[in-house]
Amino acid sequence: MSKNYFEIKRAGINTTFQDQGRNNLYHIGIPFSGAMDNRNFQISNKLVGNDLNSPTIEFAYQGPLLKYFGDNINFAISGDVKFMVQKKNKVIEGNCYQSFTLENGDEIDIVTTNKSVYGYLAVSGQLDLNYQWSSCSINTKANIGANNGKKIEDGKKIYISKINKNLNDKKLNYINTKIENIRVIQGTNFDYFSDEGKNIFFEREFTVSKLTDRMGMRLEGPKIENIVDTNIKSEGLIKGVIQVPADGNPIIMLSDHGTIGGYPKIGVVISADYDKLVQLTPGSKIKFKKVELADAEVLFKLYDLETQNLISQI
Amino acid sequence: MIKNISNLGDAALYCDFGTEVNKEINTKVIQYFKSIQQENIDGINNLTPSYNKLIISFDLRKKNFKTLKKLIENLEVINQDKLVSNKIKIPVCCHEKFALDIKRLEEKLKISRDKIYEKFFSKEFFCYMTGFIAGMPFLGDLDHELRVKRLETPRVKVPKGSVGLTEQFANVYTFESPGGWNIIGNTPRIIFDNSKESEPNLINPGDTIIFEQMTQDQYKDYNE
Repeated sequence: MSKNYFEIKRAGINTTFQDQGRNNLYHIGIPFSGAMDNRNFQISNKLVGNDLNSPTIEFAYQGPLLKYFGDNINFAISGDVKFMVQKKNKVIEGNCYQSFTLENGDEIDIVTTNKSVYGYLAVSGQLDLNYQWSSCSINTKANIGANNGKKIEDGKKIYISKINKNLNDKKLNYINTKIENIRVIQGTNFDYFSDEGKNIFFEREFTVSKLTDRMGMRLEGPKIENIVDTNIKSEGLIKGVIQVPADGNPIIMLSDHGTIGGYPKIGVVISADYDKLVQLTPGSKIKFKKVELADAEVLFKLYDLETQNLISQI
Repeated sequence: MIKNISNLGDAALYCDFGTEVNKEINTKVIQYFKSIQQENIDGINNLTPSYNKLIISFDLRKKNFKTLKKLIENLEVINQDKLVSNKIKIPVCCHEKFALDIKRLEEKLKISRDKIYEKFFSKEFFCYMTGFIAGMPFLGDLDHELRVKRLETPRVKVPKGSVGLTEQFANVYTFESPGGWNIIGNTPRIIFDNSKESEPNLINPGDTIIFEQMTQDQYKDYNE
């Protein structure tokens, strides 16, 4: 066991270890998982000099309170997060997108995410975690990944090895922007819905409901009328698919989604908007905007370039 | 053999093999699934075969819809008789404490539980697909007289190992999970083992499944 570790004094609401997720397992029922907001996940790693896909601590709303024991280490938090660093005799208000040095006995208190859902904590070293199918990402539904596939718990320890001794301070000037318009491509069952239902989908406002987690985002708003069949023969799903069950309220599949579903698919969120989508808190209003495949491909290229550009500024 | 390939969003191919659910169409889906798996095409990050569809998702940094569609259309498909299929026996205990919905089935189907079990256990099942939750097999086809809809209100928790029926299908809950299938028994056999990285699933698409009734004592003493 490594001599460097965090003691988890408070686990937070939904704190898990996440990396880039796992591929090629949908056919046996295991979803992609991985960090929900991939851009912020990668930025947090770059800020502490790690490989971009190293495991991080992902938290939602209230994050963990961690006490550190060991050699000096850097950490950084990405997202839109209020947090404090408790040093021996002072408390520092933390800034996102900036590395801090932790000394033996210091504490990080992640109070809350501001008007967003997920944040990432990366440390300049390697979190000692179990891997399953080459990923440590925790999937609490199938109990897969680090920590036996369970959320992190109070009183446990997180061990860190291979600390990077070169503790350069790093910083990025970046502010997360929010979006209200989510761009979608028509789904494979678009014609299952009435003309009025289609219009509602693209023109009216929906509200993100409280029944939203890493598996899916449920929306409330005007009902979308189905005129063909409220069930389809079960078939595969991917991240971003918007299903409409019999009650007419859309559900968007997120990173831990069930791999197969039997509700008609009205649309699919474009890849470029996924990171922003997952950050929408319950109560947020959203509208769907229709785009064509070719535009979605260009928009993703631009988004990806922007991410790479941000990372290269660190 | 694929009737149509369209896009599901910007990072997946939606391969449509038809609308029917039968062994013949599903075998074609599995042929494609295994062929693409063998090809190891760079950029493909997931394949999801189901009754009559195959979804191929990909990394938009490496591939796009057009190029991948062309690749799939020109793919050489492995022969049907090269598909590996296993015959797997699943023991099931039908004691009242496991058979949560047997009374409901008697009422809905208007046949006795003895008859229900006789028909269920005399059938060989075909695995169409696995998924929804890790390792859950979708098996068919049930005897016509055993076909019922899902529960009107799904259970919040279906116990692990529960064997359920709905429409023309049977399945096994590999984890405790919410669900609406009609539960007729429970198996002690492990269907999904996440400690095995190479083959966590006991049952794979194309396999033949035979359910065998076991007593409560056999259930208690069961050892794999």
